[in-house]
Amino acid sequence: MRMEFREAVALLTESDPVTLGKAADEKRRQRYDDTVTFVIDRNINYTNVCINACRFCAFFRSEGAPDAYVLTEEEILDKVGEAVAAGGTQIMLQGGLHPGLEFSFYLQLLRHIKEKYDITIHSFSPAEIVHFACLANLTISETLKRLQDAGLDSLPGGGAEILADEVRQRVSERKICSADWLEVMRCAHSIGMKSTATMVIGLGETMAQRVEHMEKIRALQDETGGFRAFITWTFQPGNTVLGGDKTSSWDYLKTLAMTRLYLDNIPHIQGSWVTQGERIGQLTLAFGADDLGSIMLEENVVRAAGTSYEMSVQKMTDLIRGAGRKPAQRDTEYHICKKFE
Amino acid sequence: MTKLTIAREKAEQGERLSLEDALCLYEENDILSLAAWARAAKERKSGRKVFYNVNRHINLTNICVSDCPLCAFQCHDGDSRGYLLTHEKIAVILSEAAKAEGLNEIHIVSALHPTADFSYYLAVIRQVRAALPQVAIQAFTPVEIVHFSKITGKSVEDILHILKKAGLTSLPGGGAEILSDRVRNIICPNKATRMEWMDTVKTAHRLGIHTNATMLYGHVETVRERMEHLLTLRDIQDETGGFQAFVSFPFHPENTRFSYLKRVGAWEDMKMMAISRLMLDNIEHIKAFWVMLTMPVAQLALGFGADDLDGTIGEEKIIHAAGAKTNTGITRTKLRQVIRETGYEPIERDSFYRPGGKIQNENGIS
Repeated sequence: MRMEFREAVALLTESDPVTLGKAADEKRRQRYDDTVTFVIDRNINYTNVCINACRFCAFFRSEGAPDAYVLTEEEILDKVGEAVAAGGTQIMLQGGLHPGLEFSFYLQLLRHIKEKYDITIHSFSPAEIVHFACLANLTISETLKRLQDAGLDSLPGGGAEILADEVRQRVSERKICSADWLEVMRCAHSIGMKSTATMVIGLGETMAQRVEHMEKIRALQDETGGFRAFITWTFQPGNTVLGGDKTSSWDYLKTLAMTRLYLDNIPHIQGSWVTQGERIGQLTLAFGADDLGSIMLEENVVRAAGTSYEMSVQKMTDLIRGAGRKPAQRDTEYHICKKFE
Repeated sequence: MTKLTIAREKAEQGERLSLEDALCLYEENDILSLAAWARAAKERKSGRKVFYNVNRHINLTNICVSDCPLCAFQCHDGDSRGYLLTHEKIAVILSEAAKAEGLNEIHIVSALHPTADFSYYLAVIRQVRAALPQVAIQAFTPVEIVHFSKITGKSVEDILHILKKAGLTSLPGGGAEILSDRVRNIICPNKATRMEWMDTVKTAHRLGIHTNATMLYGHVETVRERMEHLLTLRDIQDETGGFQAFVSFPFHPENTRFSYLKRVGAWEDMKMMAISRLMLDNIEHIKAFWVMLTMPVAQLALGFGADDLDGTIGEEKIIHAAGAKTNTGITRTKLRQVIRETGYEPIERDSFYRPGGKIQNENGIS
C-alpha cells in the first residue's frame, strides 16, 4: 500500500525519527543487501555570477563584484583532468546563471571534455537548463537534446529546493517555478537522460509542503521512471540573506526516513554527510539511506594528489564499516565499480 | 528459540538482560530496534520528561600525578600549561557563576595534584558552600577521593564524612572508565583500581552521598568488557541504590597517547546509549552529555533512551583538551528548545532530579 499525502503529513508532524526510521530501513532492506555505495566526483562551479540572487544562497555574486569569477574552458578542462587522475568517475558542472555566457560556450565545453577524457558528465540543474533555453531561444527539449549530443550524460536534481511555489516565491523569487523544474526533468527523461532529485528543508516550509514536494516527484517518477536517486539537504543559513537557524538532525532524519517511505518508486536514497557532517551522515544508514553521495574532490586536495584523496575514501569506508555495512564505490548509474573488503 | 530471539524478546518486554543477551543484541546491530526498546524503557522511568540543569563546571587543576595515557588534560608539575586555581580565582568564578539564573549545581572535577593538600580541597568545598549556600556541590570523582585518602592516611569513609560535613552533596561518577583491571593497566595504570572505585562509590552511597556512574568506551576495551562494566554497575546499584544517573563517554583520542585510534562514530554512540538504557534497568536516568556527543547527536540520543542532557556547563576543559569541537556552554533557552523539538517535555532539574524551583517548567521559558 502506498503512503498517502495526509498520512505522510501526519507522520512527519507527530511521529519521531526512530519510528519512521525503522519503517524506512525495512523498505531499504527489501531492495538492498548490506552494501552502501558512494561515488568519487568533482564539483566544478564554473561561475559564481548569478542573476537569480536567491535569498538562501551564500555562493552567488553579481556581475562586476570584486570576487565574481568565471572559469575559462582551459581551467575547467584542467580540473576535469585532475579529477580523472584522482580516480573520479563523474564531474558535476554547476554554476550561477551567468547573463553573458552563451549557449555555444557550454556545448563546446562538453564536447572538449568528452574528447579529452573518459568521464561521466552529470551536470547543470533545471534552473541552468531553462536559462540556456532562454539565452539560445530554444525549447527545453531542444536545449537538452543539443546538450546531450554534446556529451551531457545526466542531470543533477539541484534547484528543486521545495517544489511549492509559495515557498519559492519567498526564498528565490527569480528562480524557475515548480512546474518548470518538473518540466525540465520530464523532457530530460523523455530523451533518455536520467537525473536525480533533491529537496532542501529548513526554508520555513510546512510539513505539508515537504510532502507536496515528494508527491510531485513521485507522480513524475510514475510517469517517466527517470529519477535514479533522491537527496535531502538542509538549508545552511550562514552568510545568506534568509538567515535563521539550522534544521536539526532530528528533523532531518525524520524527513529522510519519510522520503524512503513516500518515494517508493525511486531506487536510491542518499544520506547527506555534506550538510549533516560525517557523524549524522553515518546514522542516515539506519534511517533508509543506501548511498552516501559523493566524495568531493576539492581543488587543493586534488592538486596535492593521492594522499588526501585516499584519506577521503578511507574516511568514507570507515564510516560505512562502522555502521556494520559494506562499502562500495559506484558510478553515476549506480553500477558498482569497486568493493572494499 | 535462538539466543538472539530470546534477547530481543526480553529487551522488548523490559526484562532484565544477561551479559549474553547484551552481547547478542550488540552483535545484531539493529540500532533502531534497540532505540525503540530503550525509549520505551526510558518512558517507563521518566515518562515524557527530559531533564537538564543550570550548572557550572570548575576544573581546579590540570597537574596530575596519575599520568594516564588516556588523558589529554593532565600535565606534569612545572609544565607551562599547568595551573592550580587559587581561592581568589575560585571566588571570581563563583561570583560569575552566581549570575546564571537558576544556577543549582557546581560541578568540580580535577587532576590529582602532586602537592596540593587535602585541606585545599576541603577549603574549596567550604568556600563554595559559603558563597552559594543553596547550590548543590557535585565534586570529586571516586578517583580523587581515593587520592585524598592516600595523601592523608585517612579512610575513604572518613574523607567522605569530612567533605559531606563541609557541604559536598554528591560525587560525579568519573574515573570508572572500564572497570576491568586489564583495561586500566593500559589506559590508566596509576589511578584507582577497579576495587577502589567500587568500594568508594559503595561507601559514598552508604553515607547517603549519591553518585553518578560512568563508562569511557572506544579505546582498548572489548565489547564484552563494556557489557561486563555495565553489569558491574548494575550489581552495585542492586546493592546500594545510590547511582542517580549513568553517563557514557566516547573516548576522544586526540592529544592523548592513543591518538592513533579513531574516535568511534555516532552509530556506535547511539548503539551504546540504547544498550546502556536497556542493561541498567535499575538506574533512573541516562545522560546524553552533549559536550561529548555534539548537540545534534545528543538530541538524537533522546530517541535512543536518554532522558537528561546535563547542563549549561559554563566552561569545560578536560574533554576540550582532547579535541572536542563543541561549544563550552549553552543557554537554557536553547536546551529547552532542543528537548521540545523531540516531543518531550523539558524539565529544569536540581542536582537530585527534582524540578527546579524558580522555573515554571510547565509554562516554559523559551
